[in-house]
Amino acid sequence: MSMVQNFPFFSIILAMFSGIASSVLDGKRAKHLSLCVIAVTTGMSAAVLRFCMKTGESYTYMMGHFPAPWGNEIRAGALEGLTATLFGLVMFFSVVGGMEHTAADVEGSKQNLFYIMIDLMLSSLLALIYTNDLFTAYVFVEINTIAGCGLIMIRQKGRSLSAAIRYMIMSQLGSGLFLIGLSLLYDVTGHLLMTPAKEAVAVIEAAGLYAVPMLVIMAVVSVGLAIKSGLYPFHYWIPDTYGYATPTASAILSGLVSKGYIFLLIKIFYRVLGRENVIASEIVNVLFVFGLAGMLMGSVHAILEKDTRRMIAYSSVAQIGYIYMGIGLGTQAGMVAAVFHMFTHSATKALLFISAVGLYEVSGDRKDFRSLRGAGYRNPLAGIGFTVGSLSMVGFPMLSGFISKLLFATSALQSPHKMLPTVIALAISTILNAVYFLRLVITLYSIPETSRGQAASPGKSNWKLQLSVVCFILLNLTLGLYSQPIVEWIGSGLAMFD
Amino acid sequence: MSRQRDDYEKSWWYRFRKWVDGEMDLLDEGMEIRVPDEMLAAMDGEGQDAARHPAENKEHTFSYDGRGIRYFRRFYQVMSVLLCLSIIFVLLWTVAYLPAFGNAGNPDNNEVSARYIERGLQETGAVNIVTGMILDYRAFDTFGESCVLFIASCCVLVLLRIDAADGNEQARKRLEEANDRLFEPKNDVILQKCACVLVPLILVFGIYIVLNGHLSPGGGFSGGAVLGSGLILYLNAFGFGKTERFFTEKVYRRLTLSALTFYCLAKSYSFFTGANHMESGIPLGMPGRILSSGLILPLNICVGLVVACTMYAFYALFRKGGM
Repeated sequence: MSMVQNFPFFSIILAMFSGIASSVLDGKRAKHLSLCVIAVTTGMSAAVLRFCMKTGESYTYMMGHFPAPWGNEIRAGALEGLTATLFGLVMFFSVVGGMEHTAADVEGSKQNLFYIMIDLMLSSLLALIYTNDLFTAYVFVEINTIAGCGLIMIRQKGRSLSAAIRYMIMSQLGSGLFLIGLSLLYDVTGHLLMTPAKEAVAVIEAAGLYAVPMLVIMAVVSVGLAIKSGLYPFHYWIPDTYGYATPTASAILSGLVSKGYIFLLIKIFYRVLGRENVIASEIVNVLFVFGLAGMLMGSVHAILEKDTRRMIAYSSVAQIGYIYMGIGLGTQAGMVAAVFHMFTHSATKALLFISAVGLYEVSGDRKDFRSLRGAGYRNPLAGIGFTVGSLSMVGFPMLSGFISKLLFATSALQSPHKMLPTVIALAISTILNAVYFLRLVITLYSIPETSRGQAASPGKSNWKLQLSVVCFILLNLTLGLYSQPIVEWIGSGLAMFD
Repeated sequence: MSRQRDDYEKSWWYRFRKWVDGEMDLLDEGMEIRVPDEMLAAMDGEGQDAARHPAENKEHTFSYDGRGIRYFRRFYQVMSVLLCLSIIFVLLWTVAYLPAFGNAGNPDNNEVSARYIERGLQETGAVNIVTGMILDYRAFDTFGESCVLFIASCCVLVLLRIDAADGNEQARKRLEEANDRLFEPKNDVILQKCACVLVPLILVFGIYIVLNGHLSPGGGFSGGAVLGSGLILYLNAFGFGKTERFFTEKVYRRLTLSALTFYCLAKSYSFFTGANHMESGIPLGMPGRILSSGLILPLNICVGLVVACTMYAFYALFRKGGM
């Protein structure tokens, strides 16, 4: 066994250990430790990706001295490595970009607690990506939920407390449904590890046993994880949560946390329940319909919204709808498109949140988007970042959003029954996206009224925010311009899932 | 013909309605529960905006009257009850199709539980198979669970710890308000005498549960909870002055840190050797002895410490916003 194969385990344990150690460090040291750990784990994930692409197969890693059905296990393949690398990059730049605001929003003596949350959030995301065990997944879903609550409420101002309560209730509802699904699954299969559980499910399905429980398991697991990732009818916690948290937390929650749950859902579909069974059970059609509804309704809500950050948050609802629509297509191409859009959205949404903060800084920190008139001139780099993010979300060529829309449209052509609704919803949703994002961009570059312009101070934001905006723009361009190898990696990673 | 009542405000119906609306507490001599306007404004940190652009914030501050809102709320209540009933029905319907409870041929009576039962003692050295499962076969999950406790106590720290050291006027005021130990009866003789008898027993029993986790039912989680409750009883009887002689925030941090660090390092070693097919070299000892079953005993002690500290920390933070 080569050293690289240990890296998934090292990165999870390292992230957990840094969280534990941060409890006795002061805020500054905790911050440096956290940044180091995120960088190191990202490097390790990239090495895992390279290793898996070279060998062309995935591997499982025993957590302890006992093999598969008895002990815990994690698993790494191309898709796991790729997702962990991208998540690590997005997390690093989000922490760097929002650093000054974190220092201002969080009480001085509680800074280290914020970085504990960040570290444990990283560890839980990595564990959700790498896990090969359903109960490990549940434990880290819990850590993820609590860390998410902590990240929201640590800015103890305004509505962030009520937003945290709302998030906690909805998220716990999702966890509860997920846990019910897992217990039912254990009852009918007798396994918690994914590989033996899948074999047991195959035997059950072949014998035609437990048809009702299997259907309920699929429904409950899908709905539970859909609530936690904010699919349309369960999206009411999203605008408050993303709108009132500190910028780093908003970027991480919208860009990464919801994607972690979606990744887990895809993994359970492929590695436990079996893709054919899920498609046969028509659960994917339900996800498809709600995804379409989310694409349209999220954009409509965003158009009606006046607060910039809540507008970006509602746009997340629409983008999560895209991802579920891709899963709901039920084809391999649709799944590739969904995973690619997951990456697109996490890179773009974090860019939007971070650059929006740069624009607020120079506009007197008001929420209304009209106060941002001319902010694009006062803080040029943040303005460019916001424009790039908006164009990517709308689907401008060269940027990552264009590629994911292209992938969605081409994959829709392969499934005849769902082609028409998908293409129509894509077209309408793109127009709606353009309405509110271009309205924002035009506001940024219009001449400010004299009365409001005086209140806003021109100035540059700190170099950390600028650095992170530049890196996010580069990440977006990379995803857009080098999409072909990434799509191939996703395809081969999904093939390794079977 | 009904007589018009002029003492309507004293009638039961009026008070009942007020209580239902949440404006009055019947138990508390009619104290009106209403948040002062200044406090509402202070609570709303984004309130400056609301004041500047009252019209734009309308959707957040609309008043709950009007027929539309009433119908909507009624509809909402009915639908939520219907939704709950339908979920209950679906879950019950599912249970009817599950394998019968306790049947020998059930899917969960497979090779997994067979090996745990037959070879658990030999492979983990723990007489109590449950402890062997959670701290050896599936130790990674248990480490995750300890981290859940750790992060939960961190969240409570974020919410409730008040730092007056910043010299912040508001924080000092909050500290004074939160510090309700000043108003409680001190030196309650009955409580203290009972605590004198009970606390040593509870603590010894908790330590017994933790140390015998691998031999008899119990272990870190349950023993830690017993230890924590003993500490809380001691705190209630004798006050913070006495407990702070041996349990301060510094002690709490050091205990949690060292317990979790030991767990992390020990299990990392075990996972690493296991995955790379090396011998761990940890002796399992003679089953049934206190010093047996390899890492399970120290891990139980770690989990017990984390659980006890977390319970005590929750209580102390809710009591006075610090430790």
